[in-house]
Amino acid sequence: MKIRIAIAQINTRLGDVPNNLEHNLSIANQARQENADILVFPELSLTGYSLQDLVPQVAIRPSEADPTFKLLLQASRGIDLVVGFVEEDARHRFYISAAYLSKGDVVHIHRKVHLPTYGIFDEKRFLAAGDTFRAFDTRFGRIGLLICEDFWHVSSPYLLWQDGADIFLLQSASPGRGITEEHIGSADWVETINRSYSGLFTAFFAHSNRVGFEDGLYFWGGATVYDPDGKLIAKGPYDQEAITYAEVDLNQLHRTRARLPLLRDERPEIVLHELGRILKHD
Amino acid sequence: MIDLSINCELVKNILVRFIKSEITRTGYEHAVINLSGGLDSAVSCALATEALGSDNVLAIRLPYKTSSPDSLEHAQKLIDQLEIRSVTIPITEMVDPLINLFPEMSKTRKGNIMARQRMIIAYDQSEEFHGLVVGTGNKTEILLGYSTLYGDSASALNPIGDLYKTQVRQLATELGIPHEIIDKPPSADLWVGQTDEGELGFTYEKVDQLLYLLVDQRYQIQDCIQEGFEEVFINMVVNRVKRFQFKRTLPPIAKISSRTIGSDYLYFRDWGT
Repeated sequence: MKIRIAIAQINTRLGDVPNNLEHNLSIANQARQENADILVFPELSLTGYSLQDLVPQVAIRPSEADPTFKLLLQASRGIDLVVGFVEEDARHRFYISAAYLSKGDVVHIHRKVHLPTYGIFDEKRFLAAGDTFRAFDTRFGRIGLLICEDFWHVSSPYLLWQDGADIFLLQSASPGRGITEEHIGSADWVETINRSYSGLFTAFFAHSNRVGFEDGLYFWGGATVYDPDGKLIAKGPYDQEAITYAEVDLNQLHRTRARLPLLRDERPEIVLHELGRILKHD
Repeated sequence: MIDLSINCELVKNILVRFIKSEITRTGYEHAVINLSGGLDSAVSCALATEALGSDNVLAIRLPYKTSSPDSLEHAQKLIDQLEIRSVTIPITEMVDPLINLFPEMSKTRKGNIMARQRMIIAYDQSEEFHGLVVGTGNKTEILLGYSTLYGDSASALNPIGDLYKTQVRQLATELGIPHEIIDKPPSADLWVGQTDEGELGFTYEKVDQLLYLLVDQRYQIQDCIQEGFEEVFINMVVNRVKRFQFKRTLPPIAKISSRTIGSDYLYFRDWGT
């Protein structure tokens, strides 16, 4: 099966959900007209990134009852959507979440597990951390979602891989750092990681990173889609808003894994056993 | 070899977009810059011109009676090259009445008064020109506290504050800043014969390398000694950076309520934009 994945790299208005919603919906409409099957937005696409005390003000619940999600769910009838938002749970904890929406339903929510709280990041101060990595079934196959710092921990995609994910959809709001090389230092790292994962897990990795500035921070865009051979099949521009389309041939999974059976030969029971031993000794 | 070279094209692109974003998102289109004739303000000015277009940048020349004629001339050269708007407002008659009240006034006090008068004019012109004041302080001077608080350090946004002086010089070449400006000894030009390196007591090249190790690379003092810096020099720089921390923060507010601006009332400036 061939599918068309669209990666949106957009700017956001900090803390302005109605404005960002309108922007997200208009991009979704455009991607639908371009015959995309799935559209991936960046991390916190409905709110902007550096929220601090805005977190409780912009938090919403991903259901038909929420006016923002009502419109997103309507849009998901024409194209599957991965949006980023601040989620408030029943007990009023706030998470950085990604929602996979399809045919008017909330198919899956991933709550960001790894909240960076160092250097320029201060997420744990304002947000609660998720505690699960779960792959989920869609009409295009089994998918895993990761948000930014989640994929700097190799265990996150590993767990999704073992849970059956063949398509990894990654969201970021990655601030640029490093001005000595040809590209932004942080962009180089993210691309290296994505390419490595796609080859090591013989799976598709699509990454959406936002653009724009928040105070002195800037976000560099540069969407990528890698195939199970680690080959770059689509690449967005740096620094500007864009929708990048990738023609994804899911049969590549068959061909790559016939050649390179890393998934078949993986030994998760050894991982489990050894981790049990290691953690017990701690 | 401690290498502070930067990818100038990459840096230029980021800073140009930064200026455009920070000015236009608040509903403005214009930049106002105090153009001293020196390197830093020339670079900020060239970046702003690239970001906003030459019609949207106002360069202000603010000579005092002792200012070097070179300063005015170099500023004019850049104004002509960038084809930006400009205004020249001598400050002597504004600052001398205050200075003359205190015949024993030190050079530092006089310099501070001039720097603050220039700030007043920049902010006044920004109101008239419907623009924002673009800053010209580099990372070296911010770390060393080598500026006048609420004087030349005041701005609405600062594109070059994360570049060391030697990196600003690299960027100046990329931007085509006239070589007279790039090559002359850096000076605040607050009194005759003043130079930054003479006043600070060391060269930018040397201190930038040390600051890069201490700040950017998180070296410890012992590591810097191993890299060949004298302990006395390191301690002098470290103490200077520490002493001027107050210039890099907003004034502390005494926390007495349940929620206090700056400590637990936290929002980015770009909130809502």
